[in-house]
Amino acid sequence: MNELAELVPWLGKHKPRAARAVVLLVILVAPMIAIMFGRTWVRVLDFALLYMMLALGLNLVVGFAGLLDLGYIAFYAVGAYTWAFLASPHFADAFPAVAAGIGAADGIHLPFWLVLPVGAALAAMAGIVLGFPVLRLRGDYLAIVTLGFGEIVRIFMNNLNYPINITNGPQGINLLDSMNLFGWDLARSIKLWGFKIDSLFFYYYFFLLCVAGSILFIQRLQISRVGRAWAAMRDDELAARAIGINIRNMKLLAFSLGATFGGVAGGLFGAFQGFVSPESFSLMESIAVLVMVVFGGMGNIAGAVVGALILTALPEILRHIAQPVQQALFGQVLLDPEVLRMLLYALAMILMMLLRPGGLIPAHARYSRPEYVTAGGTGA
Amino acid sequence: MPSEGASTLLALDGVKVAYGAIEAVKGVDLELFGGEMVCLIGANGAGKTTTLNAIAGTLPLAGGTIRYRGEDVARLPAHKRLRTGIALVPEGRGIFTRLTVEENLRMGAYIRNDADGIAADMARVFDMLPRIRERLRQVAGTLSGGEQQMLAIGRALLSRPRLLLLDEPSMGLAPLVVEKIFEVVQSVREEGVSILLVEQNANLALEFAQRGYVMESGRITLSGSGRELLDDPAVRAAYLGESD
Repeated sequence: MNELAELVPWLGKHKPRAARAVVLLVILVAPMIAIMFGRTWVRVLDFALLYMMLALGLNLVVGFAGLLDLGYIAFYAVGAYTWAFLASPHFADAFPAVAAGIGAADGIHLPFWLVLPVGAALAAMAGIVLGFPVLRLRGDYLAIVTLGFGEIVRIFMNNLNYPINITNGPQGINLLDSMNLFGWDLARSIKLWGFKIDSLFFYYYFFLLCVAGSILFIQRLQISRVGRAWAAMRDDELAARAIGINIRNMKLLAFSLGATFGGVAGGLFGAFQGFVSPESFSLMESIAVLVMVVFGGMGNIAGAVVGALILTALPEILRHIAQPVQQALFGQVLLDPEVLRMLLYALAMILMMLLRPGGLIPAHARYSRPEYVTAGGTGA
Repeated sequence: MPSEGASTLLALDGVKVAYGAIEAVKGVDLELFGGEMVCLIGANGAGKTTTLNAIAGTLPLAGGTIRYRGEDVARLPAHKRLRTGIALVPEGRGIFTRLTVEENLRMGAYIRNDADGIAADMARVFDMLPRIRERLRQVAGTLSGGEQQMLAIGRALLSRPRLLLLDEPSMGLAPLVVEKIFEVVQSVREEGVSILLVEQNANLALEFAQRGYVMESGRITLSGSGRELLDDPAVRAAYLGESD
């Protein structure tokens, strides 16, 4: 928040309080501005918030603990499929006899406060499953194994429709329950005094709360014993062992905590989208989230947030500009929007490495309580 | 020579360490008495660092025993061994370059939670290393090599060790700085911390240490008091750069 405020031109330097107010205001009214350009843009904002959660979670693993994870999207998949399995008609479709027997003839529809924690827990467990075999790996080797892990999860989702139909294979699972907050269905638009309040707004503010909660938690975590242990481990593993840090536990904790965020975001994604299929969880998505973290500034909370926002919104803007432009110039669309997105990510990475190697908002050395670090001495 | 009645603090018996199929340490016997400074010298690749890491628990043993204060610690993981009082200052210093100097020091007390004790030990370290106190708020990666080495020693002291394992504290430092480091090490010993020192700078190490061991391709080949080793023609020829 403070770091975001510092980015506001002029005000950030001279009137920090005003800058903070501006940032807060922009965050709160963003969907109202977006809807003037069409509902699509509110949707984009909602997705940006989901990606923020993913980027925040991956930042724990990559930025704080220094473990390069190229399969992070697998945890997102675990969360989303948990939602799909526990809050959709799928169960009744796949196992009609069992479903009728246990009185769930129209499928399992558990409430969000049950499904989200289950999804988070399953994702955390998946994180530990990934963590154990890679405890001794570092750098490129770790990256390759995590990449393989991500693909394994996706391929499982793709093929677990036989012999027992758990994931409905490549077709994915449809008609997922929307987010229902104790009787208030977020997917339903409300008419209030003649104004129509779009359901996308509700999702926006709900996701916003989730992101804000995540940020508060991660901020505390960063200056905690665990956060400091991660920082030490990332800087020098041998030295971290020499000062008595249990490296195994700290790595497993990083993987499982990071995965928890992915799992929660996945559940929210399932509820928001109403549909999950394996193709949402490809390697390209893992890379996209990693690019957001690196682009924003590895190891920095504000960086992850800004990186996710820019790299979700920019491709959409580009898509809306590029398609008409291509039509006008060539009479047809030559470059697929998805190609453009990857092109943009690649370009962002190259420019960043050249101009701002630390990311948009580089991380400072501030893994301790603020009173240990005073201004002036931390300039490096 | 160990003084009469000094008890054995650390005893290695037939310690072997292997990297995969390659045995780097092939059965080392070594003893260290309470309050002593012992040095381990030898050429590059002799297995000195490996031995030190095995004692600290950052490398697993392939054979032999390590007894510390009468108990076998060979099975204890590194973070538990530190709690028994064995602290390692790793080769190449291993400071946390992105944390500040103060944070580095505080990380040394990671296993402790007695705030008063930590504060007292911080003060002790500051007295011993005034340069470090001046640079408290600085990011540790911006310190000079000598200051980083001092910081690494200070950080290890904050775990309140009984036995300090120092891995090549003189590495890459100017002679004047090396002497300063050795003075610090000496004052650490005078506070009652036993020291096992691995060094390439054999001359200086043997001058400061009570006893020394010479290691060659994974084995101890010579041992004796610092003076004896300094006077030994073989040692002089091999490690002190003298040809007679």
